[in-house]
Amino acid sequence: MPAVEVHNLRKEFRRSDGKRSGLRRRRERVEALRGISFEIARGECVAILGQNGSGKSTLVRLLSTLLLHDGGNATIFGHDVFKETRAVRRLVNRVSVEASFFKKMSSTENLSYAARFYGMTPNETRDEIPRILEKVGFPPDRRGEAMEGLSRGMQQKVALARALLTQPILLLLDEPTTGLDPRSKLEVQDFIREIRQIHDATILLCTHDLDEAEALADRVGILDDGNLLSLEPVADLKRRYNAETLEEAFFAATGKAFEDEKREEDEEK
Amino acid sequence: MPGAAAVLRHELIGLAGVFERNVYLVKRYIWWDVAFFLWTVANTLTIVFIAKGIEATGGQIDVDRVTTTLLVGAVVWAYLGIIFEILTETVAWERWEGTIEYTFMAPLSRPIHLFGMGAFAIVYGVIRAVLLFGVVALFFDLDLSHANFAAALIVLLVASISFIGIGMMTAVLPLISPEKGTQLGFIAQGLLLVVSGVYYPVEVLPQWMQWISVISPATYALDGMRDAIIDGAGITAMGDELWPLVVIGIVSVPLGLEVFRRGERYAKRHGKLKRSG
Repeated sequence: MPAVEVHNLRKEFRRSDGKRSGLRRRRERVEALRGISFEIARGECVAILGQNGSGKSTLVRLLSTLLLHDGGNATIFGHDVFKETRAVRRLVNRVSVEASFFKKMSSTENLSYAARFYGMTPNETRDEIPRILEKVGFPPDRRGEAMEGLSRGMQQKVALARALLTQPILLLLDEPTTGLDPRSKLEVQDFIREIRQIHDATILLCTHDLDEAEALADRVGILDDGNLLSLEPVADLKRRYNAETLEEAFFAATGKAFEDEKREEDEEK
Repeated sequence: MPGAAAVLRHELIGLAGVFERNVYLVKRYIWWDVAFFLWTVANTLTIVFIAKGIEATGGQIDVDRVTTTLLVGAVVWAYLGIIFEILTETVAWERWEGTIEYTFMAPLSRPIHLFGMGAFAIVYGVIRAVLLFGVVALFFDLDLSHANFAAALIVLLVASISFIGIGMMTAVLPLISPEKGTQLGFIAQGLLLVVSGVYYPVEVLPQWMQWISVISPATYALDGMRDAIIDGAGITAMGDELWPLVVIGIVSVPLGLEVFRRGERYAKRHGKLKRSG
């Protein structure tokens, strides 16, 4: 049984186009995912590459039971994501680009709160939280400090600890190293490798960091404007698009370069 | 462990987790809570001093009775505000912190999540209401020797079931409108109390408002608490207040859960769970 099975999955949103029709604001349909299909085997790490707005986060949110789909289906270890949400939620956890914690609470308090939702008692977390924080390299003397006083890299380590604490079989990583300094980025990447090796977790990594995808994933997919253009090992991807680098392959597949995105972001700022 | 027992255990641990998190937050924001409490005391005093003001300007009233009537109304107003505020934070605070997606993707049923918030709201609200009553009463020379505080507390707790049900309905508003949803909760609080005789008998209201007061749990809570504190009425004499409160509670909690469920589905359909809306 595949860890993740996605078939013809579709999701659209309705967004205001800024115009009015009578008294009502006009809304247009925006297709975030246009019927994508793929499978991930147990223990595999798959990276999905795509620019901002390509549908990566929508995919992660759908698989996390945080969005309802508009068509197709998705299963996680045989459980229907949209009908068996409770069973799916027990198997999945997630780390996203924003660490997202109660900022006045400490790392230990935030982890305790998260652990209770997964049925862990205070007796269980008393030992487990310090152990897991130590494992991600979090300094013991800062466990009682409010999250708002911690660096981004430190917060992201706590986010990884939160995900690992609940022993997920499927880990959804949505740009987990975006915004981190190079050293923190490498530490987080090392930890992701370790999670895979020691905990036999299946990983879906959505990123726009080409090096990260190449370094961590068994297969890399290219998601562009809601379409999954390909999903294969990096070597096959390069061969298919006759490219020397992943960036060239991405450009050949989408007609867009990552540099374009950076420029657009700068212009928006 | 049998399946049902394991699920129940899991749910109870989750419920305790919601309560525990709120305790952490109170500890972390304790001075803000103290400041907010002082504001509530000041606000309550502005209302309760009205009785003495009427007497001072020549009005013929039973000052003690009116003072206590106003005090009970102000305390229930403050209590209801806290209940609605905490339940609304189920969504609003988590959305602001960005934790909402992690909480809503966790394997805890939404009713238990909401009951956890409700349980904390009642405990926190009751402690605060008792303190508020005690502190404000110190400003007045009230004879409370006949007051039946235990009966008043029981009435408040029974009414709280209905308040929690209504609070669940207001809790969903920040999901639908992240910008204005929280404020709409205050509107619900005001509307509920204005028809319930918060500082006056419901008989002074227009007839159509009196009809609405019949289905408001606050009407019976205010009546029962005043009977207990002013006249020393016991719980056995409060059938007229308790039965309607039980019936409204039985209706409002499932209704609140259903409203929240629909709101959550709407948010998941339209992608409104995420922090940026």
